[in-house]
Amino acid sequence: MALLQIENLTVEFETASGWFRAVDGVSMSVEKGEVLAIVGESGSGKSVAMLAVMGLLPWTAKITADRMLFEGRDMRGISPADRRKMIGKDIAMIFQEPIASLNPCFTVGFQIEEVLRIHLGLDKKARRARAIELFRQVGLPNPEERLNSFPHQMSGGQCQRVMIAIAIACNPKLLIADEPTTALDVTIQKQILDLIMALQAKTGMGLIMITHDMGVVAETADRVVVQYKGRKMEEADVLTLFENPKSNYTKALLAALPENATGDRLTTVSDFFDGNPEPAPSAGLGVTA
Amino acid sequence: MTDTMLEVRNIKRDYELAAGLFKPKKIIHAVKGVSFKLERGKTLAIVGESGCGKSTLARMLTFIDEPTGGELYIDGDKMDTRPGHLTPEMRQKVQIVFQNPYGSLNPRQKIGDVLGEPLSINTNMSAAERRERATEMLVKVGLGPEHYNRYPHMFSGGQRQRIAIARALMMNPKLLVLDEPVSALDLSVQAQVLNLLADLQDEFGLTYVFISHDLSVVRYIADEVMVMYFGEAVEYGTRDEVFSDPKHEYTRTLFAATPRADVESIRARIARKKAAAAA
Amino acid sequence: MADTMTDIDNSPEVLSSGAMRRQMLKEFWFYFSENRGAVIGLVIFVLLVAVALLAPVIAPHSPFEQYRDAVLKPPAWTSGGSATYLLGTDPVGRDILSRLLYGAQYSLFIGVFVTTLSLVGGILVGLIAGYYRGWIDTVIMRLMDIILAFPSLLLALVLVAILGPSLTNGMIAIAITLQPHFVRLTRAAVMAEKTRDYVTAARLAGAGPVRLMFKTILPNCTAPLIVQATLSFSNAILDASALGFLGMGAQPPAPEWGTMLAEAREFILRAWWVVTFPGLAILITVLAINLMGDGLRDALDPKLKRS
Repeated sequence: MALLQIENLTVEFETASGWFRAVDGVSMSVEKGEVLAIVGESGSGKSVAMLAVMGLLPWTAKITADRMLFEGRDMRGISPADRRKMIGKDIAMIFQEPIASLNPCFTVGFQIEEVLRIHLGLDKKARRARAIELFRQVGLPNPEERLNSFPHQMSGGQCQRVMIAIAIACNPKLLIADEPTTALDVTIQKQILDLIMALQAKTGMGLIMITHDMGVVAETADRVVVQYKGRKMEEADVLTLFENPKSNYTKALLAALPENATGDRLTTVSDFFDGNPEPAPSAGLGVTA
Repeated sequence: MTDTMLEVRNIKRDYELAAGLFKPKKIIHAVKGVSFKLERGKTLAIVGESGCGKSTLARMLTFIDEPTGGELYIDGDKMDTRPGHLTPEMRQKVQIVFQNPYGSLNPRQKIGDVLGEPLSINTNMSAAERRERATEMLVKVGLGPEHYNRYPHMFSGGQRQRIAIARALMMNPKLLVLDEPVSALDLSVQAQVLNLLADLQDEFGLTYVFISHDLSVVRYIADEVMVMYFGEAVEYGTRDEVFSDPKHEYTRTLFAATPRADVESIRARIARKKAAAAA
Repeated sequence: MADTMTDIDNSPEVLSSGAMRRQMLKEFWFYFSENRGAVIGLVIFVLLVAVALLAPVIAPHSPFEQYRDAVLKPPAWTSGGSATYLLGTDPVGRDILSRLLYGAQYSLFIGVFVTTLSLVGGILVGLIAGYYRGWIDTVIMRLMDIILAFPSLLLALVLVAILGPSLTNGMIAIAITLQPHFVRLTRAAVMAEKTRDYVTAARLAGAGPVRLMFKTILPNCTAPLIVQATLSFSNAILDASALGFLGMGAQPPAPEWGTMLAEAREFILRAWWVVTFPGLAILITVLAINLMGDGLRDALDPKLKRS
């Protein structure tokens, strides 16, 4: 049984110019211990799909799906209270802006202990010990002192480490990382990716890595879903995707990488579609591994 | 004789953090004496992480910030960078394209007016002439005359960056400072904008100072590369020199940290993972 | 997820300026109409404007004519009322309905005049403070702090006492007390906008300070100012009524709502209608405009829309 299974998910928003379909009939699944990368450009609906699963979209969004299962449990009709119990415990998420995702009014120690209190009900002493252990696990130096720091006293990379510590505090079965390194410098990105991958390998949790960076995909993923304008273009294991991409859109994306430049100019998406910017979805959609 | 377009000698910039009630005045050295020479029609890429002073350097080259020390020669002339001493001729030679295409265009200004503004301030062209020039430039950067009357919010990020490039080119500058011009763009759009920049460089013989944190882009576009670290140029040379034989420790760290998207690296990673799982 | 609408406006057809303005207006109305209170406020406000403009046509009587045989007549639907005076008459026999209708002219005029005055002054001063910063900013802002430190009505009273009681002086006094809000808003908006890249780009193109301030920066600061202007509009009406009530604003026999209240003060217990209707008129007008301002904020808030 898949850890998370989504079939035919559609998300729509009402805007001034009518209903806008952000996610259009997307299906995917993640197994236990698997790293799935969802790759796409801005507006491809890659984050919206995951926020819909987490129930974090505003009430104006219209979400429909044939199936939305987490560990075999239907996520669609779930009560808000049950959802809250599940989110942060069984499913955790880290976001793009590490400093903005921490509450600036409280120390990071308070914020991580809050999660431990709500989901695990540990007493004060146990919480403290667990928080220190978690900070040590994510490689924060002097964890005892760090607990008393405020987010603005730390760098972006350190804040992202705290976010990761909070995310793994309750040993989640699934971690969703939404562009976790986009706001960080290259050298820090490397450290954070290494940390996430090490934790994933150690705990065997499922990991969904949402990113626009083909480099990050290449360095982390087992399997990849390519999205474009809310639709799934391709799904393949990482080696197949880079070696032998099926859909024209994926081919175009890979060709647009500056390191794959051949000759004087880069290949662009339009070179693949002859002036038709709307690539047709490739055949064989909806078949999940 | 080499045709030097831009020469920078030991340029410096210090910021003063105002003294607070309980803390003394603090001086931050953002750029600690950087020197380089750039030939006409070439591209110098300046690489570094956030806070390394590369954007401050860009702002000094375009006269937005005044250098604390050092000299700046453009097209063989020494620039008087003191405020108030800037002549329109000097300003005309250097233009900048900013990183964020959403912040660099005035939301209340039509595209036509964005492009016409430099002309209306610095020349006494008639409105019809300005319109003609702006339309011409729109076509050059891959947009069309029909975009003349639109507002910035009706464009995508890549299109806005094209408009920003068009605006920078309106006064026929010789040197273009590009401050992370493609970092905010999607991959496919990034390729288009990079191609556009290469086309324009060929057509107008432009000299580029290209600021970036993305090594793969730098490797593709640059003739010369300078790596900055905490306000200092730790590595400076031609692209091939820097990429094949990095001298400084930091440059090596930077190269090692850059994600690799080639098939061999992926294969190696998967093999490593399998071995670890088996162990 | 904030990127979902990037490509929505990339239709290739040529858009004329007129069509574009229509489209922007449509978008504005979409966000405005989501707030039901705002629409109700707008309807009432439009009605109020219509009443003010048409007062000479629809008012059954002259607002100044004193009907000596019908002093303190109650409203038509109570015992002793007559259909000639729908809302009754005041202590000297003037028709209250007619006076209220004409009073709308006063209120709107006060609102427009005071808001314009404080808006223009506030924008000018705020632009200078926010653009130049330094000592000039400090001087201006401390001055505004001093004005804000006084209760606004008290300050208006002092000013009127110096200038002499009349509607014009009252309006000037109110404009001065409302102005600091505009100065602060403009300054904050200018400071935020000034650091943005498009301002730097305009400066690099050679734009001087005046052009930068008025042509580049100011148009981008309008949203909070429009909202504040609507709130000031209602504040002005309220303050002018208060001044009128205290005998320091519009002078009798002007049918200004606050002045009407003041004139009827001694009859509050005997004839409830002489105070209730002017009071209600003030309440409904101020409420409607505030509701409208709320909707404007929703529609103009850049956080809800995309750049």
